[in-house]
Amino acid sequence: MSIDLQQFHETFFEESFEGLDIMESGLLGLEQGDVDLENINTIFRSAHSIKGGSGTFGFSAVAEFTHDMETLLDQMRNGERQVSKSVVETLLGSVDVLRNMLNAIRDGSDIDIDSVAETTVAIKAILGLENTVSAVENSTEVTAKGWIVHFKPFTDIMKTGNDTVRLIRELNSLADKAEVTINNDSLPALSDIEPEDCYQSWVINLIGGDISEDDIHEVFSWVDDDCELQIEALANEADYIGPERRDDERRQKAPERRNTERRTTKSSESSSIRVNISKVDELINMVGELVITQSMLSRFGDQEDFTPATIERLKDGLAQLESHTRELQESVMRVRMMPISFAFQRFPRLVHDLSTTFEKKIELIVTGEGTELDKTVLEKIGDPLVHLVRNSLDHGIESPADRVQAGKSETGVIELSAFHQGGNIVIQIKDDGAGLNKDKILSKAKEKGLVSQDERMPDEQVYDLIFRPGFSTADVVSDVSGRGVGMDVVRRNIRELGGAVEVKSTPGEGSVFTIRLPLTLAILDGQLVGIGEETYILPVISIIESLQVKSENINAVAGSAEVYRLRDEYIPIVRLYQIFGIKPISTDLENGLLVVVEAEGKKIAIYVDDLLGQQQVVIKSLETNFKKIEGLSGATILGDGTVALIIDIAGLIDLYQKDMASSVVSIKGAAA
Amino acid sequence: MSETAEELDAQETEKEFKELLTFFLAGEEYGVDILRVQEIKGWDSVTNIPNTPEYIRGVINIRGAIVPIIDMRLRFMLEKKEYDATTVVIILNVVSKGNADRVMGVVVDAVSDVYNVPINDVKASPDFGTAVDTEFVTGLATIDEKMIIVLDIDHMLNAAELAVVDKMTE
Repeated sequence: MSIDLQQFHETFFEESFEGLDIMESGLLGLEQGDVDLENINTIFRSAHSIKGGSGTFGFSAVAEFTHDMETLLDQMRNGERQVSKSVVETLLGSVDVLRNMLNAIRDGSDIDIDSVAETTVAIKAILGLENTVSAVENSTEVTAKGWIVHFKPFTDIMKTGNDTVRLIRELNSLADKAEVTINNDSLPALSDIEPEDCYQSWVINLIGGDISEDDIHEVFSWVDDDCELQIEALANEADYIGPERRDDERRQKAPERRNTERRTTKSSESSSIRVNISKVDELINMVGELVITQSMLSRFGDQEDFTPATIERLKDGLAQLESHTRELQESVMRVRMMPISFAFQRFPRLVHDLSTTFEKKIELIVTGEGTELDKTVLEKIGDPLVHLVRNSLDHGIESPADRVQAGKSETGVIELSAFHQGGNIVIQIKDDGAGLNKDKILSKAKEKGLVSQDERMPDEQVYDLIFRPGFSTADVVSDVSGRGVGMDVVRRNIRELGGAVEVKSTPGEGSVFTIRLPLTLAILDGQLVGIGEETYILPVISIIESLQVKSENINAVAGSAEVYRLRDEYIPIVRLYQIFGIKPISTDLENGLLVVVEAEGKKIAIYVDDLLGQQQVVIKSLETNFKKIEGLSGATILGDGTVALIIDIAGLIDLYQKDMASSVVSIKGAAA
Repeated sequence: MSETAEELDAQETEKEFKELLTFFLAGEEYGVDILRVQEIKGWDSVTNIPNTPEYIRGVINIRGAIVPIIDMRLRFMLEKKEYDATTVVIILNVVSKGNADRVMGVVVDAVSDVYNVPINDVKASPDFGTAVDTEFVTGLATIDEKMIIVLDIDHMLNAAELAVVDKMTE
C-alpha cells in the first residue's frame, strides 16, 4: 500500500517557509557580526530539514539546490570558511530563490530556472574557487583513494533510534577495506554509565572502493544533526577544480540581482494555524467546566416540582453557565491570536535590502513583538506595514550626507513598535528623518487638484493629504515607493480591518505613523439602536456620546444639511432612516436621540429613534452568502434569533457625504 | 439523425435520473435540483438590508449563518402577492465559479412535489414566454402531461447578485 504523500505537502511547505524565515534572520545576524556557532548551526539545521523534506516528497530541484547551500553552510560550521559579507549575501539570495521555488511548487507554477541556475552557479563558484580544499571534498564527482572518517556521535544518538554499529557496517560495505579505531576516552566509570547513552567515537579509515564523499555523507545523512562528522581524503591527489568555474562577472551578478528583484511577498492566507498547547489546554479545561455545569443543570429537568430552594440553585447554575460560556468564548478567541512578530519578522531583511539600494544607513529597532492580535488582522496588516516602512526608509530618512549636515548621526533609526492601548492594538512606525514637508505636500495637492488653490488648513489635515488617492511627493519615482498608489491603499486596507491610520510629523525630527486596530474582528461591543422597526448596532468604540436634542442647537446649512452645535463644535446630523430608506417612528429630531460617533477624525451625529442597550455581539459576515453593503460592516444574531445589522461608521460617513453631494447637485440642477 | 442515435444510446445504456423539487410561482411549476435544496421553511420575518433592490427581502439567521432571502415574484417582476399559509422559503446551495458556495433562500408561492426525471427528458427550452427569463432556464421536462420549467439556480442567483452590484456602481 502506498501512502498518499500529498496530505503532508501543506505541512512541509509551512515548515519549510518557517525554516527559510529562520535562515534569513540567522543570516542577517551573521552579517551584523553575530558569528556564533550556534547561529550557523541553526541556519544549517533549517537548510538540512528543507533538503530532507524536499527529497522525501520528490522535489528534487529543491533538494539539489539546498544541497549546495548546505555544503557551504557546513564549511562555515566547521570553521573551514570565513563568514564573509559576500557569502552571506549569496546565501540570502539563495534563501529567496528557494522561497520562490517552494512557492512555485506549491502553486503548481513553473520554477524560475534562470535564477536557480544563476544562484547555483554563484554558490558553486564560492565553493569551487575560493577554497580549493573544500572543492575537492565537496564535489560529487571526486573520489579519493581513501577516506578518514572521524565520527563522534553525541551522547543521545541512541535515543533518536540510530545505531552506530549499523552505520559503521554500512561504511564497511562501501569500501574494499575499512579500519576502525574506537576511542573510549570519554567512557565514564561503570557506575556512571547511562545504558542509553553513547560515549564512544570512531575513526574509520576507508580504503579503495571508489567512494565519493557524498557516498559517505549519504550513510550519515540521518544522523547529521546528532554527531560530529569529519571526512578527510586519505590521499589528496585529486587535482580538481570545480566544474562550474565562472568568471568573476557572473559571480557578481547574483547578489546584485537580488537587490533589484522584489521579494514576492504573496499574502498567502494559509488556512491552518499553530496554536500554543497551553491555549488548547485552557480550552479543554473550559469545556470540562461547561460539561459539569451542564450535568448539574440537567438534574433540574428530572425534578417534579420546583421549590424556592431549587429555583435558587437553578439560578446559580445558570449564572455559572453564563460565566463559563463567556470564558470559553474568550479562550476560543485567544486561539486565533498570534504574536505580531509574524508580521514583524520580515522587516530586518527588508530594511537590510533597501538600505543597500538607497545607500542609506539605517538601524531598525523592533519592540513589542509579543503583542498578540487576530490571525486575520495579522495576515492583512503585513502589506500595509511593508509599505509604511519602505516609505519611511525612502522618503523619511535622509541620505547619510544630509543627516550629517543636519547635525544628526549618520545612521537613521526606524522604530517599529506594537502595544495595547484601550481595546486596541497600536502599531507605530517612527523614523528620525526629515519629517513630512508641509509646503511640498500642499503644493502637490493643489497641483493635483485635491485642494483648492487658496485653501488653508491645519497641519494635521495637510499631513492627512498623503492618504488621498493619486498623491505622491517623491521627486523621482523609485521602484520602492513613489508611484502614488501607496498610502491610499494603506489606509483602505487598514480601514477594511476596522482600524485607522494617522500620521504626526515634526520637521527635522521625523514622523510617526500610528495604526490602530481592533483586538479581534470576531467580537464587538455593540450599542443597539432602534430606527422604526429595525434594530441596528453601532460599535461602542466609535461612540463619543449620546444626547437629547435641544432644538436651539440645530442649524440648517444651505437648506439641506443640518448641523448640531455641541459645545464648540458643529457636527453634521445624519438621519439614518433617510440614508437607509427606513420608515422611522418620528422624523422630528426632538423626539429621538443623537448618537455622536467618530471615525477617522470625522464626527457625525446619527439620529435614531431609541437606544436599546449594549451587548457584545459576534460579527458575522454578510459577504459569506451575500455581498458587502455600503455602510454596513456585517451582521449579528441577537438573543431572540433575529438578525441585526452592524453599522460601519466610516462607510456611513462616506455614504452621507455622497448623499449630500448628490442633493447639492440636484439643487443646482433645479436652479439651472 | 445523430440526435436520435444519441438518444437511443442513452436509453440503451443506463438511464440517468435527476430528482427535482418543484414549486409554484404565478401558476407555473418550476423545478430545481433537489440536491441543492438545503431546507424548506415557512415565511418568517426578515431583517431588511438598506439600499438593496426590493426583491432582496433581507437576511435571516439559519443556524448561525446570515442568509439572504430573495422574492422570486419580485425578482422576475411578477405581480406582488401577499404571503400566505402556503408561501415557503426554499434554502438553496448556490455554486458560483471561483467563489465559495453560498446559501440563499428564495420565496415562492408553494412547494409542489418531488419528481424523478431522466436527464435526457429535460429538453432545451424554446424561446417562449415564461415569466422567468429563458436565460435562467436549463430546460423543460414533461411529467404526467404537466410541463415543468427546470431552473439554473446558479446562474439565476449569481445574476441576481450581479444586478445588485450594477445598481450600486451606477
